[in-house]
Amino acid sequence: MPSSSRPGAGAPDSRPRSAGRGGYGKGLGALSIATVVAMAASLALVFFYAPLEAEEGFLQKIFYVHVPLAIVALCGFVIGGLFAIQHLRTRDPRWDMLSYVAIHMSLIFAVGTLITGSIWAKGSWGHWWVWSEPTLVSFLIVFLLYATYQPLRFAIEDPERQSRYASVFAITAGAFVPLNFIAVRASTQFLHPRVLGSASNLPGSMAFTFVVSVVAIALLWTTLCKYELTAKHTRAQVKALRRRLAGEAVDPMRRSRSAAPAAPPTPVVRTST
Amino acid sequence: MLAALLAETPALPLHTAGKYVAAAYIVLFVLVLVYVAIMALRLSRIERELGELLELADEQKESSTA
Repeated sequence: MPSSSRPGAGAPDSRPRSAGRGGYGKGLGALSIATVVAMAASLALVFFYAPLEAEEGFLQKIFYVHVPLAIVALCGFVIGGLFAIQHLRTRDPRWDMLSYVAIHMSLIFAVGTLITGSIWAKGSWGHWWVWSEPTLVSFLIVFLLYATYQPLRFAIEDPERQSRYASVFAITAGAFVPLNFIAVRASTQFLHPRVLGSASNLPGSMAFTFVVSVVAIALLWTTLCKYELTAKHTRAQVKALRRRLAGEAVDPMRRSRSAAPAAPPTPVVRTST
Repeated sequence: MLAALLAETPALPLHTAGKYVAAAYIVLFVLVLVYVAIMALRLSRIERELGELLELADEQKESSTA
C-alpha cells in the first residue's frame, strides 16, 4: 500500500518533527472530500438507482451498507496483520502504530457490521440473531478474537514487549480471517445471501451500486485511520514540546500505561508530491 | 427451518422494511458521528494544551530577558 520510506537502521528517531515537514495529516483534506463525495454517490445510487430486489424488496438496501462494512472490516484486520509483519521485520514503531490503528478502526467497523446484520436478520428472518448461521457466528468469532487485542496490549507494561506481542497476535489473527472466510464459504449451508462469487447473480445496476458502496466505505475507513494517526501524532508532538519547554530530556519509553503504542515521530506512509 | 421460513415469507412492504433500512443507515451515521465527537474532544484538549505551552514559553522568555 504505502510508497513507504523504509525506516532507517538503528534506534528510531524519537524527536518529533514539525507538522510543516509533512505528517500523517498530509492529504487528509482531499481524502475527506473524496470520502464525502463517494458516500453521497453511494447513498444516491442505493436509493435512486439500484432496483428493488425481487425476494427481499426494500429490505435488501441494507446490504449496501452491511456487506461493505464487513468486507472493509475483514480487509482491515488483514492489513493490520501485514503492518505487523513489517513491524516485526523492521522493529520500527511506526508500523506498530499503523497496525494498531488499522485493527482499532476495523473493530469499530465490525461493530457496525454486527448491528446492521442483526437489523437485517430481524427484518428478514424475524430474529435478531441466528446461531445456526455459520456466516454470522464466524464473524462474531473474528470480532471477539480482535476484541482481545486491546486488553492484550494493556496487559503488557513494557512498550517493546507490548508492540512485539501485539504484532504476533495481529499476524496470527490476520491469517485466521481469510481461513475463516474460506471455511464458511465451503460449508454446506447457504442461507446467508451471497453477494460475491458465482452465487451472487447481481444485475449490473446492483453490482455497480455495490462496488461504489464498497469504495465509499473503504475510503471512510482510510480517512478515519488517517484522522486517528494524525491525532496521535499531534498529541505526541504536543507532549514532546511540553517536555522541551520544561527542560526535561525526551524519553519515549517514559509514559503512562496505555494500550495504544507510543506515537512514532514520523509517518511511514507518505504521498508523493 | 429458516429456508422454509424464507420461502413462506414474502418481501416486507415498504412501510415495514423502511424502518429496518433506516435503522441500518442510522447506525453507520451514529458510528461516524460518535467518532467525530471523540475527535472534537481530542482537538479541544490539544488546543488547551497548546495554550498552556504558549503561556509557558512566554514566561520563559520573560524570565530570560529579566
